[in-house]
Amino acid sequence: MTIIDDILADFGSAAGRGVVVDSPPGAGKSTLVVRAARTMAEAGERLMVVAQTNEQVDDLIDRLATAAPGLEIGRLSASTYVPAQRVIKHGSVTVSGAVSDVQTSAVVIGTAAKWATVTEGTWERAIVDEAYQMRSDMLLRVAGRFTRGLFVGDPGQLDPFSVVAVERWAGLSWDPMQSAVAVLLRHNPDLPVHRLPVSWRLPPSAASVVSAAFYPFTPFEAGTRPEDRRLEFSVRAIGGDPLVDATLETARRTGWALHELPARHTVRTDREAVAAIATIVVNLLRRGPIAYSEHAPDGRPVTADRVAVGAAHRDQVAAIRQALADTVASDVTVDTANRLQGREYDVTVILHPLSGRRDASAFHLEAGRLCVLASRHRHACVVVARAGIAELLDTHPSAEPVHLNVPVRFPDGWEANQAMLAHLSTMAA
Amino acid sequence: MDALVDRLDRIRGTVAPRNHNARTIAALTNNPGCGRRGLMDAAGVNKGAVAGQLGFPAAFGQSRFAIARGNAFEAQVKADGAAELLQLLRERLGLAIPEVAYDDLSNVGGNASREVRYARTRSLLARAAAEREDAGTLFDHPMLRLDIAGYYAYLEPDLIAFRAGGRFHVVEIKSFAVIDGQADPGKAAAAAKQSAVYVLAMRELLGELGYPPESVSHNVVLVCPENFANRPIATLVDVRKQLTVLQRQLSRLTRLDKILDALPAGLSFDLAYDADQNATRHPDELRKAVSAIDARYNPDCLGSCEMAFFCRDESAGSTSALGRSIRDDLGGVESVSTVLGLARGTLPPGAGQEEIAGLLRLAHRLRTECLQEAGAA
Amino acid sequence: MSILTALARAEAVESGRAQPLTTVRHTHIAEKPLVLVPLALAGEAAAPLAAMVGTGRDAGRLLVVANPRDRTQRFQFVAQLARVVLAYVDGCSRTVDTGQTSKLRYAEAPQVLVPNRGGIEFIRLLGRSTRFRRPYGPHPVHRTVPLLGQWLTFLRERSDHPGSGMLLALTEVLGEHWATGQSGLEDANLAALLGWIDPPAGLDGAAAAEIAEDPLRWPPAGPSTDPTFDNEVLAPALAAYARAADEQAKSRAEAALSAAVAEQVEPTWGLMWRAVDLLRARRAGASVEARWAVDRDVFTMYHMSLAEGTALPQPRRDSAVAAAGRLDRLEREQARYEAQRALDDPLIMAEFRLSGEAFTGTVVSASPNRVDTSGKKAALRPHITVQTDDPVRLEPGALLVSPTRLAQQAMVVSVSSVDVVLELSKGMGRSTKQPAPGSVPEVGEVVTYGPVSDAYQPPGRFPAREETPWTHGGPPPDYQPTDSDAAEDWS
Repeated sequence: MTIIDDILADFGSAAGRGVVVDSPPGAGKSTLVVRAARTMAEAGERLMVVAQTNEQVDDLIDRLATAAPGLEIGRLSASTYVPAQRVIKHGSVTVSGAVSDVQTSAVVIGTAAKWATVTEGTWERAIVDEAYQMRSDMLLRVAGRFTRGLFVGDPGQLDPFSVVAVERWAGLSWDPMQSAVAVLLRHNPDLPVHRLPVSWRLPPSAASVVSAAFYPFTPFEAGTRPEDRRLEFSVRAIGGDPLVDATLETARRTGWALHELPARHTVRTDREAVAAIATIVVNLLRRGPIAYSEHAPDGRPVTADRVAVGAAHRDQVAAIRQALADTVASDVTVDTANRLQGREYDVTVILHPLSGRRDASAFHLEAGRLCVLASRHRHACVVVARAGIAELLDTHPSAEPVHLNVPVRFPDGWEANQAMLAHLSTMAA
Repeated sequence: MDALVDRLDRIRGTVAPRNHNARTIAALTNNPGCGRRGLMDAAGVNKGAVAGQLGFPAAFGQSRFAIARGNAFEAQVKADGAAELLQLLRERLGLAIPEVAYDDLSNVGGNASREVRYARTRSLLARAAAEREDAGTLFDHPMLRLDIAGYYAYLEPDLIAFRAGGRFHVVEIKSFAVIDGQADPGKAAAAAKQSAVYVLAMRELLGELGYPPESVSHNVVLVCPENFANRPIATLVDVRKQLTVLQRQLSRLTRLDKILDALPAGLSFDLAYDADQNATRHPDELRKAVSAIDARYNPDCLGSCEMAFFCRDESAGSTSALGRSIRDDLGGVESVSTVLGLARGTLPPGAGQEEIAGLLRLAHRLRTECLQEAGAA
Repeated sequence: MSILTALARAEAVESGRAQPLTTVRHTHIAEKPLVLVPLALAGEAAAPLAAMVGTGRDAGRLLVVANPRDRTQRFQFVAQLARVVLAYVDGCSRTVDTGQTSKLRYAEAPQVLVPNRGGIEFIRLLGRSTRFRRPYGPHPVHRTVPLLGQWLTFLRERSDHPGSGMLLALTEVLGEHWATGQSGLEDANLAALLGWIDPPAGLDGAAAAEIAEDPLRWPPAGPSTDPTFDNEVLAPALAAYARAADEQAKSRAEAALSAAVAEQVEPTWGLMWRAVDLLRARRAGASVEARWAVDRDVFTMYHMSLAEGTALPQPRRDSAVAAAGRLDRLEREQARYEAQRALDDPLIMAEFRLSGEAFTGTVVSASPNRVDTSGKKAALRPHITVQTDDPVRLEPGALLVSPTRLAQQAMVVSVSSVDVVLELSKGMGRSTKQPAPGSVPEVGEVVTYGPVSDAYQPPGRFPAREETPWTHGGPPPDYQPTDSDAAEDWS
């Protein structure tokens, strides 16, 4: 039996409360969710699905409706929701704010925020997607609707957070600020936990690095071999910035590149770094990149929609968007790690969260952020950073408070950053 | 390493090195970027005495009430062969054994030196480690040691090492309260760091005897008063992260050679005590010596380093003195006067300062505008 | 910490005086606050040593525990403190707010002021150590003791709510309104902080702060006492009291102890009232009264429920449902409080202007009668063009609010390098052809638009306690107070 079979068996079992699935980046989470939904629906069960954002809901509906066109899908939506094209195009989807309208659908999908407003209707089984990014108070509000759950998510990505900083609940097994899975497992320690062992997105050059840095106790491998993925430029480099050319070539060849700017302490929207990112993205597109992969053995052009830029802060994102506005790269996705979670591209360019800083706080060192930024790509990831991060890490004081009865989380942000930097330093163009 | 020890000896001068304890070793992780502190700690210099001679005496003292309370609680926990503690440990570690032996390692007969006590601890722990049966034994007053930049720091904790299930657990007794399952996070952090020092020392000891690191658990048993009574409560604390940080900082100490190479020859922090134990080293000279090594002052130093007042005075006018993150908020600008000059437009921005200058000018305009309007209102 | 606040600190360094961070006061200051300066004995969880308490500078009462380890004396101290605090609380419930007719609301609410965060923690621990005791059973205490515990716990929980003013640490309130030339850490010393805000004649902030830091010249604000004081003054004084053989010797020793403690507390007492004066002198922001009204509502409900015996228990830890509900409430209140501060205060709004999310400018053109016919019904949607020098970083579609037109919503239509075009809705009256006079900004008017709204967000829906789901451990057992709670030793 494969892992998927084990998971479906645990989920479909009449005993127990369900199953937790740890899914590293690109491990086929959405495929699992779609398959689980179809399996339950085909067994005649009504299924409830909880996702965290409208985007995620719509993505799931699109995939599910495509895979199973005959399935009746209900989309539970807030009144402000405007149905997306990829939802409407399937005739099998009913969009409504009222549970009664969609109760009989084989699968009802909605955001956690919407499900939290539902007071009636129960389902035997539910799938909770991105359960590690869901805060446990949201789980509290939706769990009354179902008896058994398939909780799937990526433990290495960003933790849920709150702008409210209170220590009142630290150590409580039902701390509302902890992730849904953390609280769920604390109260149901016998729940089976499966791990999807393979990333289908990350190439071997990336899987080993990301696995070692961000999943130290739960490693995973690339599902492809080095020869399965290739990036080529169809246009030669002509008299541009030689450093940029070197960066692009290193990225193309190895899957990673560190584009290092001179060490300096700067403001967050470091003009030089923003300009460097813009130049790299524009040059990348101008070189006419072609991606060869197991999905496209004859190659497929890497167009602007297959490229993304990631940064830690909204003002950095705004500055980069402005810099790309009137260029060939104006359609390239530029976003924060929060909003890039769950998305996939051929090539990514990221601004290192510690670039230009002299000191770092726990926020800047957060492993989940760097993990998201470094694990979106199928072919290559370029990291733009000012030199000096090694010094920052070396001089970083450890002054974290300790709360009793709170399980220690790994990886440690400092360790993860150190591991990534060590790897990238060998990739400096 | 010997050369390093000799160089550090010369820097410290004629006095004996200050004894390290778990607290001071844990404090090594507080500000790794500070070369001044790193050097003084490695050389065993009495930072408080130096600060005093420089005219910036530190104000670290302990209230006797706190000390008395700590001693009383420890005594209570260890009373009657540590009966109450044993009960707690049985519950916390899920022990099944009915009988537990108690070994007081300070009982070496007469006034023994640290080396002798360490040797005895070592032999007793070796015997315990070799035992097949799951006998639980409490070891009170062990003497451990840790290599700090070439010196052996002898650690005499109030901890009790406890062996159960084939593993030793460090037990740390602290007198801050755990109220409804929560303790002061700063105090708990300090306790965790200190416990990690003991775990490390024990792992080294057992490592020398051929045992793997896992023979000392990374879960420390923290014993504190519960709520408002004197009843002890035990909590397991996972110190893996503290261990990693500690090991990293201790290995950093071996890289002091580079800092030492950059120092002027003959540099010394010697305070030149006379026959009446008065320091006679001239403050200006001492100041020159101290200033030869860069510090990395930030306000957190005030709570943890005896040199803080001196370094704070040295940093007057710098943005770092205003807070650890402020310099980064100001785009890395180092001096307050530069910040104001850029903000008012009286100072042309230097290379790479154009952006922060623009932001500061805008911020200045906004503040002036808003305050003027409010003044007029 | 932003560039604006960092710049303010830099200005303070240069000028030697603290610089304002706000143009108005964002906290309510009561006419008669209860100032409390507690001292605790070192090494214990919450062993009170002394407290100075009162509602006026010259009305301070010093309470001292002559033998802090003696249980009886401790509870005597608590009973005395209870008398003062409960009298104050009941005093606040005497008059009713006549302007409020839909429900009963007292005209006043308690406002307890402590020097620093340690003071709030002291209140939390004192509340915790007293609220479970009982006036009957195996370890009876005076009936005011658990009542005091309930009120202290009530105040402490309230102080977590952003914008609430019933329990305040003055170092934090002052720090919100002034930037000193030292670090935030050093600002936690009340004397040093006030040294920057209001230095004595002939001294600048730095010099005043230096004096304030020396415990021999300026005793710490507590609850922790200076270790040297503990070792050289307090310990002998306590020992003398313990040794005292007869009543005369006892009262002599007690007087000496009180005098020593008073010396430690009185300077801070004076500082507290100076801080109150400084804050009172600032004009209050527009929404301060509304937030105080919420405090009064909550106080009224709790006071009445205590009187009726229906007050909700104050368990040691929150249950899963209570915790989630409280987090929801705190988050909504935080968002609302931040929005109100920005709308009340141009200097706070300036943070958003700096980041490009808000702007101030002059209206250069307006179409107040513009109607949008694209929807089902024709709707009045005026357009205004605002010229601004601020570095706007807004995208079309962003929703904004103006401090002078709170009921109105503005949506960004387009942004250029010199101006912003906004589409307005709501707050214009009922007509679909003509906006109410003055409701739409006119050409020449200076306007500010920011990304904040203080609209009320309704609370989330949470399951009942009995319906706590299996994911969170299922329904918790009901709390049954036991003898052990009341008997909990306090040593």
